Amino acid sequence: MADSASILVENVSVLFPLYHGSSRSLKKMVVAAASGRLAQDTHQRVVVRALTDINLNLGRGDRLGLVGSNGAGKTTLLRVLAGIYEPVMGRLKVSGSLNALLDPNLGMNVELTGRENILLRGLYNGLPKSALPRLEEDVADFAELSDFLDLPVRIYSAGMVVRLGFALATAIRPQILLMDEWFLAGDAVFMDKARVRLEEMVRSADILVLSSHNTAIIKEWCSRVLWLDQGRIIADGPAGDVLNQYLGLPAEQPVSALG
Amino acid sequence: MSTAVSTIAVSTDLDLKADITVAGRNRLAVDDVARGVRLWRLAVALGWLDIRLRYRGSMLGPFWLTISTGVMVAALGFLYSTLFKMDLREYLPFLALSQVLWGFLSALVSEACTTFTDAEGVIRSVRMPFFVYSTRTLIRNFIALGHNIVVIVVVFAIFQIWPGWGLVEAIPGLLLWVIDSLALTLLLGAFCARFRDIQPIVNSVMQIAFFVTPVIWKPSQLGAGVDNLPFNPFFDLLEIVRAPLLGEGGTSSMTWLGAVIYSVVLCSVSWAFFVRARGRITFWI
Repeated sequence: MADSASILVENVSVLFPLYHGSSRSLKKMVVAAASGRLAQDTHQRVVVRALTDINLNLGRGDRLGLVGSNGAGKTTLLRVLAGIYEPVMGRLKVSGSLNALLDPNLGMNVELTGRENILLRGLYNGLPKSALPRLEEDVADFAELSDFLDLPVRIYSAGMVVRLGFALATAIRPQILLMDEWFLAGDAVFMDKARVRLEEMVRSADILVLSSHNTAIIKEWCSRVLWLDQGRIIADGPAGDVLNQYLGLPAEQPVSALG
Repeated sequence: MSTAVSTIAVSTDLDLKADITVAGRNRLAVDDVARGVRLWRLAVALGWLDIRLRYRGSMLGPFWLTISTGVMVAALGFLYSTLFKMDLREYLPFLALSQVLWGFLSALVSEACTTFTDAEGVIRSVRMPFFVYSTRTLIRNFIALGHNIVVIVVVFAIFQIWPGWGLVEAIPGLLLWVIDSLALTLLLGAFCARFRDIQPIVNSVMQIAFFVTPVIWKPSQLGAGVDNLPFNPFFDLLEIVRAPLLGEGGTSSMTWLGAVIYSVVLCSVSWAFFVRARGRITFWI
């Protein structure tokens, strides 16, 4: 394990090519090339700029919150940090173990039993065989599945699936924790317990990057906030300042509309 | 009850730059394969899982594969030995072996196309070496082959054929199959993620290849044309495993030469494409 975790993002831009219709078809590309229309076709390719010129430097102890409207690029940025989307421009350097909580049901298969799902998750994370019994015990304990552990997830109640997904996602302790807001969903009884576990995980992580619409949560957990809009950084600074700026915006609009 | 979180994530260090040299891309691709190999237990688990889920709820499970292959071999065997006016004793073992081996090759080629698109959910939510999905496709198909081997064993037992040393002689061919399969899954998996009309094209190519390759007919039936067979890559690759098992005194050197040349071409094309495309696959699926 690396001594100290760090994330360095330099001038990163992410462009999404939008493939639709004929650009998905080899036949049409070949026909276009043969008839000399390829150049024109390349220009017609629609590209969406998901992130533009992102610069970010995170070190031990940083707690970063990502705010912004839907489609601002929060999840894309998390995916870039996790190394899922490789930058088309710029550079990303990450050291330290990383866990990205992006999809609550990652690799979960409803036809498998709870126990099998736990083992599969361990394999996904490249854990050594010796770590698997501990993982199984921990998840089973937390998710309170008792006898259901050996039954297929297909027959679980919705709440049980949420508990299992959450327990799995939070069972592996990383140095760098990336979280999307999905984990805040869940039934209320479960939430208190989930909160304790999550807080513990957040505390033990060197770096936290949290994306959420819920500014109260951001305020509570994050010391620094990055405000994204249409893939660009609008503001980056201490949580209080940026959040005030961010929350101030919707309040200003009606005034200007009136004026 | 303890809520202590104790399992520690495996460390990952990343250094990704957009404008890197070919050597840099190559290093990332090599790293992908190396990390993929280290995750072999995951690939094996996923491969088994695919087979289990495909046949879930059926009493015989994956042995449906065996039965359907068996029925097909028996039906084709009786029909074609009559059509070709061949002795059943000579024809049926050949057909059983050919059909099972070809079944592996054609299923692998077809499934190679969906290697990455099938894993879309995982690829989008966690950084994984793409090689894991390739190994998964390979293992899934080898498991299916393992079930079908029963058909060969039964037919060989009925006609009291024992390949003897042929079993050992088939091993180099099988190893080449493993390498080629992985190369093919990387190539077609990425290519089909980008261009969605490749899979139907691949399937029709395989359909044609089935008829022009001696799978249900014997190479000797071609007469003088048999000398041209090594130009068919499917023939070379099929023959390096089939000939030793049929106990026909091993594979001719022309066939091996062809198989090696075609494999080198396949692996080079596949690697060149994978090195270029690896970072883009996530955007394509």
